[in-house]
Order: sequence, then structure tokens, then C-alpha cells
Amino acid sequence: MKRSKEPLVWALFSSGGMLAALVLPALAFVLWFGIPLGWVPAPSYEALVAEIGHPVAKLVLLGLVTLSLFHWGHRFRYTLYDGLQLSHLYGMIATLCYGGAAALSLLAAWVLWTFPLP
Amino acid sequence: MSYHSRVDRRWATRRAANPEYEPYHPKWHRKRVPIFWWLERPSYTKFITRELTSLAVGYAAVLLMVQVWVMARGPGAYERFLAILASPAIVAFHAVVFLFLLFHSVTWLNLAPQALVVRLGGRRVPDRVVLAGHYVAWLVATAVVAGYLLWGVP
Repeated sequence: MKRSKEPLVWALFSSGGMLAALVLPALAFVLWFGIPLGWVPAPSYEALVAEIGHPVAKLVLLGLVTLSLFHWGHRFRYTLYDGLQLSHLYGMIATLCYGGAAALSLLAAWVLWTFPLP
Repeated sequence: MSYHSRVDRRWATRRAANPEYEPYHPKWHRKRVPIFWWLERPSYTKFITRELTSLAVGYAAVLLMVQVWVMARGPGAYERFLAILASPAIVAFHAVVFLFLLFHSVTWLNLAPQALVVRLGGRRVPDRVVLAGHYVAWLVATAVVAGYLLWGVP
């Protein structure tokens, strides 16, 4: 019998949900309000590059972004099924959601891999 | 051949091609669910709002990577990116995104005691302690992230 992939994608959904809940508001507030609007003493370009370029920071970012994307893929899949009554498009929606999350995760890995070391 | 046996045969072939195929029965009597069913009650609307927070989470992940990609292209590119982030339309949009991110955090952490049963010394830790622990974790994570971004590792 074919084993269900539901436990795997649920684990990705749930760990992504927890990470996103804990760190995304802080990241969003500092990076997209605090620094551009001058609400906080902004670090210099060089300092920010050094912070992002640190190998541990890159690894944490990759984990955060990948799991957040799969959190989106899993939850949005069911939003489309239930919210828009599209359960008859089961296969296509699942492929688009998880495929999209996987493709964007690969892109994120490339962005972080090629990021200059401080 | 009757309508139903024709339809049954079609489902059988589709199921053979795709084991996850769910038969759709357009001719059976079923109550039509209107597409805006989630506006009928506040609890439904809250449910769909919570589900839609996934869009904000996905957007934040993508924007984070866009920002890292821009930073790799030098200080000039970063300056231009900051100017875009400070434009009123983007600030307004990001305010909505930020509210959705907060809604995700609150609804997610509030469910933690139901998802996680913690036992210490054979006794179950009360739900409100598990809940408080998660909110403390949120506070600590926020301080660590903000501190690292603003001051780096001292």
C-alpha cells in the first residue's frame, strides 16, 4: 500500500508555523519598518552584511525560509480546498503549493549560498 | 448503458491512474455551499483569516530572500531597496502583512497547549503554564532577533 505523505507535510507545516510565529514579527518589524523608517538606530550596510553572512545566520535563515514556505504551501492548499470549494482540483492544487514551496526553497538556498562572506 | 454505470466506469479508470482521485458527484443531491460561506458567522471569518495568515508568512519568507539578494548587490542597491520599503504604499501594505503575522503568532501560540502535553515528574503541566512558556519563548526570540540585527554579536 502507498504510504501517505500527510505526516511529513504536516511536520513541515507545524515546525514552520512555530518558527514563523516566534521570529517573523520581530524580523518584519526591524527590517521593514524600523530600519527603513528610521525608528531604530540602523546598522551600517557592512554590519548587516556581516550579520547575514555569518554561516550560522545563513543556516538559520535557510531553515526559517524553507519551513515558512512549506507552512504556506500546506495551509494554503487547504484554504483553497475549503475556502473556495475547490476540492475537485486536489492533485493540481497540491502540486502547485508544495512544488512552489520547493522551488522557492531551492532559490533561497542559492541566494544564501552565493551571499558574500563578511 | 445507464448514466450511473457509465459514470462509475469513468471513476474507476481515473482512480486507477491516480489513487488519490476523489469522485465528484455533480448529479447527486447535495446542499450547495456558497463560495462566501466564511462571511456568514464571525467564527467562520476568524477561521478563514487565520488560514490566510499563511500568505503573509510566505510573503515574509520571499521578501526576506529578496532583501538578502539585494544586499549581495552592493550598498547602492541596498539604499534603493530601503527607499522602496519607506514609500507610503509599501509601508501601508506591510502594515497589513505585519498584522497578519501577529495574528498568526497569537493564534498559533494559543493552540500550543492543545497540541503539546508536557509531563514533569509524572504530573501533567497545566495548560496555562505551557501557554505562558510559549509566550516567554516568543519574547526571548523577539529580543534575540532584534538584538542580533541591531547590534550583532557583542
